[in-house]
Parts: sequence; structure tokens; C-alpha cells
Amino acid sequence: MPAPEQHRLIFRHIDEPGYTNDIACYQKNGGYEVLRKAVLRKPEELMDEVKKSGLRGRGGAGFPCGVKWSLVDRKSGKPIYLVVNADESEPGTFKDRYIMHQDPHQLIEGIMISCFANKVACAYIYIRGEFPEGAKILEKAIAEAKAANFVGGNILGSGYGCEIYVHRGAGAYICGEETGLIESLEGKRPYPRIKPPYFPAVLGLYQCPTIVNNVETLCHVKHIADFGGEAYAKIGTPGNTGTRILCVSGHVQRPGYYEFEVGKCTMGQLLNEVCGGPLPGRTFKAVIPGGSSAKVLKFGERYKGKRKVGADMVDYDWGVEDIPMDFDSLAMIGSMGGSGGVIVMDDSVSMVEALGNINAFYSHESCGQCTPCREGSLWMKKITARMVHGTARPEDGALLKSVADQIAGRTICAFGEACAWPTQSFIAKFGDEFKGYAQAKAAPRPAETPELV
Amino acid sequence: MIQPASPELVTVNVDGKEVAVPKGTNMIEAALRVGVDVPHYCYHSKLTVVGNCRMCLVETGMPAVDPATKAPIMDPATGKQKVNWSPRPAIACATNAAPGLHVRTTTPMVKDCREGVMEFLLINHPLDCPICDQAGECKLQEQSAGYGRGYSRFIENKNVKPKRTLLGPRVMLDDERCILCSRCIRFSKEIAKDDVLGFTDRGSYSTLTCYPGKKLENNYSLNTVDICPVGALTSTDFRFKMRVWFLKQTNSIDTESSVGANTVVWSREGAVYRITPRQNDEVNDTWMADSGRMLYKDIRSAGRLDQVRVNAAESALEFAVAAAAELIAKGGVAVVGSGRSSVEEQFLTRKLAQAAKAEAHLVARVGEGDRILISTDRNPNTRGALVTGLISSLPSEKLSSLAAQVDSGAVRTIVSVGEDLAAAGLSSEQLAKVSVIYLGTHANATSAAAKVVFPTLTVFEKHGTLINQQFRIQRFAKAVPASTGATDDLVVLSKLVLAAGGPALGSDVGVLWGTISSEIQALGTMAYGSIPDTGLLLDGSAWSSLAFGEGATLHFKPAAREAAHA
Repeated sequence: MPAPEQHRLIFRHIDEPGYTNDIACYQKNGGYEVLRKAVLRKPEELMDEVKKSGLRGRGGAGFPCGVKWSLVDRKSGKPIYLVVNADESEPGTFKDRYIMHQDPHQLIEGIMISCFANKVACAYIYIRGEFPEGAKILEKAIAEAKAANFVGGNILGSGYGCEIYVHRGAGAYICGEETGLIESLEGKRPYPRIKPPYFPAVLGLYQCPTIVNNVETLCHVKHIADFGGEAYAKIGTPGNTGTRILCVSGHVQRPGYYEFEVGKCTMGQLLNEVCGGPLPGRTFKAVIPGGSSAKVLKFGERYKGKRKVGADMVDYDWGVEDIPMDFDSLAMIGSMGGSGGVIVMDDSVSMVEALGNINAFYSHESCGQCTPCREGSLWMKKITARMVHGTARPEDGALLKSVADQIAGRTICAFGEACAWPTQSFIAKFGDEFKGYAQAKAAPRPAETPELV
Repeated sequence: MIQPASPELVTVNVDGKEVAVPKGTNMIEAALRVGVDVPHYCYHSKLTVVGNCRMCLVETGMPAVDPATKAPIMDPATGKQKVNWSPRPAIACATNAAPGLHVRTTTPMVKDCREGVMEFLLINHPLDCPICDQAGECKLQEQSAGYGRGYSRFIENKNVKPKRTLLGPRVMLDDERCILCSRCIRFSKEIAKDDVLGFTDRGSYSTLTCYPGKKLENNYSLNTVDICPVGALTSTDFRFKMRVWFLKQTNSIDTESSVGANTVVWSREGAVYRITPRQNDEVNDTWMADSGRMLYKDIRSAGRLDQVRVNAAESALEFAVAAAAELIAKGGVAVVGSGRSSVEEQFLTRKLAQAAKAEAHLVARVGEGDRILISTDRNPNTRGALVTGLISSLPSEKLSSLAAQVDSGAVRTIVSVGEDLAAAGLSSEQLAKVSVIYLGTHANATSAAAKVVFPTLTVFEKHGTLINQQFRIQRFAKAVPASTGATDDLVVLSKLVLAAGGPALGSDVGVLWGTISSEIQALGTMAYGSIPDTGLLLDGSAWSSLAFGEGATLHFKPAAREAAHA
């Protein structure tokens, strides 16, 4: 079956010749018209549209956005904050950066609609420290939008006002975790908070109810406000509505970002047709479907079970190529849609070395607050580094898995899973490679081993 | 936080045992009530909960109900309501009691969690227990023995961190031993209100340190050493001096001020090695000031009086008592009692004043309060002097009326119980004019001028009670034997009372209390042995009209004055 056409919603104008990130160009292409109409409606209506749309968070967890909004404590009398999570740090993910660089006003419009719907008077964009250019662009865009009365006090004569501030991070992956982000925004070390009791919806920023949404998620809100929740829900597949930007990196002919209706494109279509297949003379070996913390998939594996299609349960028997790229299918086969970062590895890759690279990242980024992740992530890194650069023992794979098992599910935040899942899945699927790594390392290497992109 | 008078109780189930606890009680405390130990490092009952050590992971569950009808789902096998156990472990320290909450601490999952956390805590820990001061009172040692695997799978190199960082004048840090529980950081911020500690770097390389240009030098810094569950923070005073298991623990009271923080004196073979706080949730929680920990140095400090002297010549106790009695018999006697004496000593001081037909004075000692555990009244027992009737109004800092009586010749003999009269405002001429009988521990201008000197004991060498600013009577006990040449204050005072023509009262605290409780109404119903370790609150309403100088400190609000302001 041929791959479906891309369905560009967020990326509709991006990459168009002559499309620039200033407000004039944005407005020329219909920008801020949705906001104009939105502020004439009741906030509750907009919230309802988002709930009906079935929009799921694009940051990684895929939590329904409408549900998140409905959990916000609106009775406390405290101000409600909206925090935009622009701390895109998951290895393999590069969609938010592109949105902010190419179309910052789309984000701002999405933020303003979301703030209006939730009666938020102050929004923060927490942008990753390594995105200085993005921060500059956003600052400029906010200033433009303010000058045009789309942001600030009494926007468009509606009586409603909301300020947006850009806050730059200092370069830590953990700031992408929403409570760590909030701590950082408050000026502290980004130690994620314990939940309970510190659920952002109740005790978030400055102990006030807070909504934390991903950049791409908020852009979708603009389109939901545009054509309505029900119409939006028709895009994609039931339970996995809308479009999704997939960032493909690694050993394919055409890496990049591609926007598809969620679940309409399979992994095989994406890699083989859209991305042009493996590099010459190579075959695919493994793919991580949703950012480096997602569990790896092994080409040649079969995934079997029952799944719900409409009201019926049907059997499925998929290879990696057959998996639809949506939240539920990827969760069903034991991995996750995550942040949409698809990392492809071909047969030139040693899985031990690839895991070593991932472990190095997570041990460097563990905040160090709670014991299992702090000590476990560095231990795993030390083991894989020793395997690669020193003596590899046949029992190291089992030890790695055992260490990872002591982390996942026992930490303050989801970083525990993020650092344990790669190890658990690499060992589960490529265990033999870890056992035989000492011999493989001693054997001569193929002449041209392409570097990972 | 003000606790409601009768907190709402909820019933929770820990390892099959039901217990009713106040709503909101965390599950570490709730488990403790049924005798279940939930191991933990970062949790401290007096600090905020951060849940970072993950040692207290337990299994939790709630009674199963039908989602539609809310009817309980029963387990046919047991006849009880089924429990839906969560597949994920939860930290007990941040899990608060809710009706029907079930906790399991003995399942394989909990065991595995604890073993995992123990292993992680130890892989980068130096395991230098043989040279570590914490050994013997180390949570890491205790819990690795109790809940660890007992072997290591770690063959990599351990992290290297700073080994000897002086955080302040009294606290030394070994970063390699630190398990990053953040108790010391939270203490400094929340209790000492001196937010100088923090972590730098991240992950396993996180390092405890002081903010640049700052030092951990507040007067509560040594509490961080007490609450450090491992040997990362050590006291520069106690470091490398003594293994803790050789030390004897004796309950005592901090005599720095009228707060009366409860303490433990750690001694061995007649020498005190350290003083640490003792938990009293009504007085000092688990804290005490650094300054109070150094008081034991008085025991062996230079200037300690070690000879009974009459007219500057060494004398036997009985001769000195006779010499003193002779002076007292001449009349014109004044007695200067002390707010640092125990209740029993003050009682005898009053008896002595009565026998000698003398007026009793007291010297006030006023310093700056820190609003935590040091009050402005630096006498630990001003209230004792009131309760025993030694004085009836609040003392002043200077003995000006006494000075006038000396000048006029009305007072020709002064008995001073531990007070330096020169410091209390008597000039050297005035001192030369009178015969002084001095009972005290250390040499000063008064002991030098005295006709009769009785060396007496520090608080660490005797038994007694003190009444703090709350009118709480608290006991201290003898930690070490009397210093050479010194005699118990009670022995000297009771002999003087008798020699001055007063009754035979004895010098044993327990015996003395028979008289005290029969004569002092406020202490009427109690005996020395019946005072609990955390003290007994007396009815101080008889003295509520006095304008006590103390401001608010931990667990103390000057009620009378606030009411007057309101």
C-alpha cells in the first residue's frame, strides 16, 4: 500500500517559498483570524471543543489535552498559569524548534486561544537553553503580536488580557518534565516534584493551578478552534486524532520531519517510502519510535495480539513495518509514540555502542534528586562504557537489565522510565549481541561505517 | 500549623494491622504506631517531605468498590472487602492516611525495592566505616544490614568527590559519603532560616556545598550533623575523638536560656565527649543550639575551683561550714541565689535565707534571643526561683539595693550561690567591705574575695530539675562524677542550712523532694521520680502578672503579653 500524502496542518505554510516568521506574513496567510473569532465565544465553549477534538499531548505522554484542562483547580481563587513546554530535549525530536523558528505566531495564537479558554492572564514559554535563536524569534514575535493587540491587555477590544513571557532554560533535559520545569521557572534547581501532592493542575507554578502544554499541542488548539472539535476529531484515527509531526533521524535516505494524520501512516511506509529506505547496501536493524527513551523495535520481530477496531476486537500480527504510527498502537506493542522522534539504526550499528550513547545521555541528564535514577543511570553508563572501551563480560547484559529494573517505576518522575526503558528493551531484543560483544569487538570492522545522523 | 483539638481519625491498614491515625498522617508515622519499621533516609518528622531517597517505597491499595454502584466488592475467600493493590510502589513518606488505605511492607516487591535502593546508595559510597565517625549510628549501616543484599555487583570505579570541605567553623563535609538526602539543606532553610546549603552539579555527581561566599556558621549548624543519616557531615569538635558505641547517654537540659532544650550528654569514663538534642515535641523538637553543645567544656576548663578554702587557705568541708556558720551567726546576712541553680538548690537557698534571717536576691541574666531555641532570659531557672519562693518578683540585672545595703553597713555577710557579685554590680570596695561565702564552680572576682569558698558542681555532675519559660519542670541527670575537690551544691547548702540553725533537710534529691512537694504548692502532687523525660507542665497562672521578658521561640508564645497587646 502506498504511503498516504502528508497532511500538513501545523506545517501548512512552513517551507513554502517566501513564507517568513514575521507577523505580516502570518496575517497575510489568515493568521490571528481564529483568535479574533475565538474571543467572541465563551471560554467554556472553546474548552469543550478541545475536549471533543480528542487532542492528545504531543510532548511525549499523549495525555488528552481536554482532560488535562478539566483537571485544573478553578475554585481556589488563585490565578491559573499556562506554561508552554518548549524545552524540546528528547534525543531524536526536533519539531518544536522548527515550529518556533518558522512559524512562531502560530504558537502565539494557540497560546492566546488556550489562555482565553482557561481564563489565564499570564503565560510563560519555557524554552530550552540551547535554543537562543528560537528565544529571540519568540521575543520578537510576542512584541509584534502585542503591538497588533493580539497579546497583552484588552486584546481585540474583548476586555480579556494575557501576557506572554519567554523564559530561557539553562540547558537541562529534566526541565522538560513539567514539575521540574515549574521549579526551574521559579528560579530553583529543576528537581521534579512529588506527585502527590504537587500536581500542576492544583499546586503548580507558585503553588497555583497550572497548565503545562507542549508547543505542538498548543498549535493544534488553534486549528481545533478554527474548524471545531468534531471536525478536528475526524482527522487521524479514533482515539488518535489530528495530525502528528514525525521527526525521522538516523540511517534513512531522507531524514527530516513529516506531518501525517495520526495512525494513517505505518512505520514501513514512513521509513521505506517517505524517507526513501535504508542507505545503499544496508538493511534496517532497529528503530526507536518516539524519542530515545521509547523502547526499541527490532526489525524482523512480530507483534501479535487483539486490538479494538470500532466496536470489535480483531487479531493483529504485525512486523515493525506494519505498525501504524499512533499513540495506542505503539503502546500496544510495548513501546510508545512519545515525542515523535523516530531514530533509525541499520545493520552497521552495534546495539551495545548505541545503548552506550543513550546511557551516556541519560546519566548526564539525571537531575540527581532521587536515588534509583541518579545512581542507576550512571551505573548503566559505566557498564556500557566499560563494555565499549574496556572489558566486556558476557554477564553484563543481565546486570544492565537488573539495574534498569531497579529504576523504572520507583522514581519521582518519568525520567526513571526514560533511562531504564532503552536498556530494558535493548537487552530484551538484542541480548545475544550484548553476550557476544567481546568477540564482536575483537573482529575486524566493516570499512565504511556511517556515523549516526 | 495549629492542630485541631481533636483531629479527625481515619483507619488505615498496615501489614494487616488496623490503626486509627489523624487524617493526613504519613504512612511512615502510621506504620510506626503498629510497630512496623519503614526504612527511610530523607524523611524527617520535623522537615518538609521531599521523597528523594526512595527507601520507604511500600505497596499501597484501596478497598475495591464497584465503579457503577460504589458497593464494596467482597473477596469470597476471606469474606472481607477486596483490596485493589497498585502495581507501582509508593513512597510512604508522601502517602497520607486516607480512609481504608492499605499498606504492605513485607512483599517481594517492597523487598526488591529496598534492596535496589540500598545497592544504589552504596555503589558510590566509600564504605570507609572503619574510619567514619558515624559508624555505630549510621542509617546506611543499619539499613544495609537490615534491608540490603549483603553483596555488591558494582565493579566500576566509584565517583570521586571532595573529602574534607569545611562548611563552617563546626561542620566538616565528606561529599563522597553524602547520599544527597537534602535533610541538611532543608534544616538550614526551614528551621535555622539560614539558607546557605545547596547542591551543585547534577546526577550522581551532585555535590553538597555552601553558596559562594557563605558559610554554615549559624548557631544551629550542628543540627545538620545530627540529622545527617550518614557520615557526610561531622562535628569538628567530636570528629575522630571517640567511637559512639563506647559512650554512655545521660538525659540533660541545655542551661543556656529559659527555653530548656532537652539534651543527651554522651560520656565515657568521666569525660563528656558531646552533647546532642533529645526530642521533645513540646520544647525543642529535635534541635538545639551549637552554643549549648560546647557547655561541657566548662567541666574541665581552667579556673575550675578544686579546694574548699577558708580565708584563702585550703580547708576541710566541715571546718568551712563552721566558719560560714560563724559569719552567718553575726547577722547582717544577705543571700544571693541563682537562676542557674536547680529547683532543689533554690529551695535550699531559700531555706538558708530563712535560717539566716536574710533577704534573698537573684541576678537576672538577659541576652539577645534568636527566636528559635535561645530566649532573652539566659537563666535556665528563673521560674524555679519563683516557684520555690526564693523570690517573688522578677530579678534585675544589677544588685543595686544590695549594694546600697552594703554601703550602709546593713549587710555585712553575703552568701552567693554561684553568682559573681562583681559582675552583678558590686564594686571591689563593696566586696572588700563584706564577708563573702561563695559556692561556685569556677574562679572569679567573688571567689577571690570570698572568706569561704565551696567548690561545687556543673550541671553535668549532679541531678536536679529546672523550670523553663513554659513553666515546664524538666529533669537533668548526673552524666559524670564530680570533679576533684568539688562538692554537690545540695550537700553544701543543706549543711549550711543546718549550721545556720535551720532544719535538717538532707541532700539527696529524692529525699529533698519529699519536703519540696509538701511545702511548695505548685509542686505538690509530684515526686522527683515521677517527672517524665519530657517534663511536666506546671500551672504558672500564679505568676501571670509578672512581665517576663522572653519573646516567641519554638513552641513558645509569650501569651500574657500578646493578650495585653491585642
